Amino acid sequence: MNAVLGRRVTRLEDRPLLTGCGRFAGDMVFEGQLYMRIARATCAHGRIAAMHLDAAKALPGVVAIWAGDDIADLPPIDFRDPAATALAPYRQTILARERVRYIGEPVVAIFATDAYIAEDAAELIEIEYDEYPVTLDASGPLGEFAPGLQTEPIMLEQGYGDIAAAFARAHAVIELTLKIGRHSGVPLETRGAIGRYDAANDILELHGAAKVPHRNQEAMARFFGRDHAHLHLHEGHVGGGFGIRGELYPEDFLVCLAALRLGRPVKWIEDRREHLMAANHSREQEHHIRAAIDKDGVVLGLEDEFFHDQGAYIRTHGARVVDLTIGMLPGPYRIPAYRAKGHMRLTNKTPAATYRSPGRYEGSFVRERLMDAVAGRLGLDPIIVRQRNLVPKDAMPYARGLGALGTDVVLDSGDYAGLLDKALKRFDWRGRQAAIQARRAKGEYVGLGICMFVEKSGLGPKDGARIGVLPDGGIEIVTGSASLGQGVETALAQIAADTLGVDYRSIRVIHGQTDRIPYGIGAHASRATVLTGNATHQAAILLRETIMKAAADLLQLPVASLLIRDSIVSAREGGHGPSISLRDLAVQMPDALHSEGWFHTDHMTYPYGVHLAQVCLDAETCLTKVESYLVAYDVGRAVNPAMVEGQIAGGFAQGLGGALYEEFRYDERGEPLSVTFADYLIPTLHEVPALDILVTEDAPSPLNPLGIKGAGEGGCTGVGAAIASAVADALQKPEAVKTLPITPQRLRNMLRGPA
Amino acid sequence: MSETRSISLTVNGRAVAADVEVRLTLADFLRQNLRLTGTHLGCEHGVCGACTILLDGRSARSCLMLAVQANGHAITTVEGLAPNAEQMHPLQIAFQEQHALQCGFCTPGMLTTLTELLRDNPDPSAAQVREAISGNLCRCTGYNSIVDATLQAAKKLREGVPG
Repeated sequence: MNAVLGRRVTRLEDRPLLTGCGRFAGDMVFEGQLYMRIARATCAHGRIAAMHLDAAKALPGVVAIWAGDDIADLPPIDFRDPAATALAPYRQTILARERVRYIGEPVVAIFATDAYIAEDAAELIEIEYDEYPVTLDASGPLGEFAPGLQTEPIMLEQGYGDIAAAFARAHAVIELTLKIGRHSGVPLETRGAIGRYDAANDILELHGAAKVPHRNQEAMARFFGRDHAHLHLHEGHVGGGFGIRGELYPEDFLVCLAALRLGRPVKWIEDRREHLMAANHSREQEHHIRAAIDKDGVVLGLEDEFFHDQGAYIRTHGARVVDLTIGMLPGPYRIPAYRAKGHMRLTNKTPAATYRSPGRYEGSFVRERLMDAVAGRLGLDPIIVRQRNLVPKDAMPYARGLGALGTDVVLDSGDYAGLLDKALKRFDWRGRQAAIQARRAKGEYVGLGICMFVEKSGLGPKDGARIGVLPDGGIEIVTGSASLGQGVETALAQIAADTLGVDYRSIRVIHGQTDRIPYGIGAHASRATVLTGNATHQAAILLRETIMKAAADLLQLPVASLLIRDSIVSAREGGHGPSISLRDLAVQMPDALHSEGWFHTDHMTYPYGVHLAQVCLDAETCLTKVESYLVAYDVGRAVNPAMVEGQIAGGFAQGLGGALYEEFRYDERGEPLSVTFADYLIPTLHEVPALDILVTEDAPSPLNPLGIKGAGEGGCTGVGAAIASAVADALQKPEAVKTLPITPQRLRNMLRGPA
Repeated sequence: MSETRSISLTVNGRAVAADVEVRLTLADFLRQNLRLTGTHLGCEHGVCGACTILLDGRSARSCLMLAVQANGHAITTVEGLAPNAEQMHPLQIAFQEQHALQCGFCTPGMLTTLTELLRDNPDPSAAQVREAISGNLCRCTGYNSIVDATLQAAKKLREGVPG
């Protein structure tokens, strides 16, 4: 059939968003709602010595004010998945107790009848602190998190092969120290949460849910000691997720708790300053990497030790980013021996967690700086060095001997060398090299950069979907997926429409409502299209069988002679035979036309990509201009190529931010310096160049019937690495770029030496 | 703190009169008092552009204006761009066709800003489009599809084709 799967159709999501009819958290209004405002720590590390709340409490319109002592009976925010017991003492409570550990930490919650009054009240609150020394460098000496607890809760370690032997027979050893700056997803919609208690039915509701509503339902049910049936999460429109939105934060629990205790709906909408100091940060790592190489540039062994700046608490992800960094760092290269140690360190900064391509953006920067250094040290072409190290196509599936996210990393399919060839050709790499030589001769700083990487997607173990024919003949798919703006409704509708023989626009996709379906993986880690997509596919196959059997009985024709086209079941041959519409069928058999499909998988599936960049450095202003950029990405099979390209283009812009502009900086007291959009620099259209995108489908995944690999992250993964590679090439110093982002200050130091 | 003023203005062609606190922002007035929630707040300090509306036809940041400052003026929000409930504006149609939105949060500010551009310059170059929305942040699309959509809409508008 293949009428709509794989086509660039327009999105089902767009119309309400284009006409101003969206329903984002901030747009929701409940009768009698209160507004919450959080007073946040203004000291990066200290003991709360005194709180002055009376003036705020006396303000007309203020209904309640809570400090940590008022809710001391509640546990800290737990990890989503089981985590090492060593991590447990580092979890965050929903309001600070005794000690604060980062500026922006929630200390007092104010509830008022109006958002403006709540903000007035927050300004009347004074909190005094006895200041403690701050820890701001995750790779420095260990500090104290609490009495008896050091600032390194855990060190993760993995490896394979004989690393000592690799170094013993090395032709040369290359060592680099590399740093990735602190940046994050920063969706354009700030966080928002509305807690509501439906006393008539004893149901506690959280509106403004995102990303993983069902997992969060589990976590909140545990927290509040309520059964799942009495606690529901509801997702409206979501203004971007990128990994950081939809994790459970203190504010989510506070609005629900307040709804229960105050008996009124409670709404909280974060402001931008809060967002930049309170929502999850990400990325900040310092790596010390060593490679043993032979004389041809083949890596014999790789050893990495890194320090992961977790910030002040360990949030819902536990040690996931450290784990992913280690498990994915070798990327597309063979690397016969490997050992990595990741130190998770607490500091007095905003807590960190996952952001689009977690661990891979960081690891790709490190690995690809190393590849360039190998080429530079041996005087070899960086492309040739990479080609000599790639995992060959015929070695697939390729077991890495590593784990990530609790599964073995087994690269399922891929032609890495083939994609590299396609990308180089499309980018005219060799032609550009010649042109660049001519420009360099005139004194310009121009360079070409490359990153090769492997992504991961489709983490199991399973997801399901329900599908049915509505009384009006339309199709409804009910999933526990989540929409963050990526187009999941359209993708799932395309998959089902293809199997069912209906117009994808007649399909309604439900997601993010825990009261509509009892399970669902949400949307994270590039899982939704792989898992929920394949579950939807399965459900659609079953529904099609049910429809065909029912129609065959009614039409008195064999199933094999029937087809569904445009929501009408008719005889395959000839236009004049009997037929019945899905609508009529649904009227005749109101309870029969539905099914449930499941997809199970033990392993992740691994898309892969090549990023190529051309940059020009301005020696006067020390700005890096990206002149051209190509993302080549193999997604196995693209459900909607336009949406895949959209994911890549958006990911690229975010990756570019982390490569050149975005950085959460702190002063020596732990004061965050990047708390407005004037200081935290998201790329504007001036910074984002035209982008060339090559989506390939050369290596469908053998692990799922549709052959899909996730497309959400590969646009972002390689940008830091490729830009760094291009800047180093422009400088003609393969090892010069050691830190992201490459700010004008850092570029100045590379061009002219430290000021 | 609770000082109020009476204001009257036109919003999307409709006359509106209200008593508002003097400190109420125009964005909050539109969103809370009039329930026109298509105007979004992304930063509340005038950088992101999501809250952009048209004030007497000129783009303005509704987060940086007070409601009282809109007294006597005509406001257009994203809800007022489409000619009617069935038909979208050519820009809106082009945004859909070119996949120029993902989460849709920045979209209202993009649309209002670009409505002004295309009125003043019906045949803009790509560079002029880029300049026009260089003050609007988008975190999902990487912007290039928005430029493509704008050029498509401009062409359709010049040709007089609805959409």
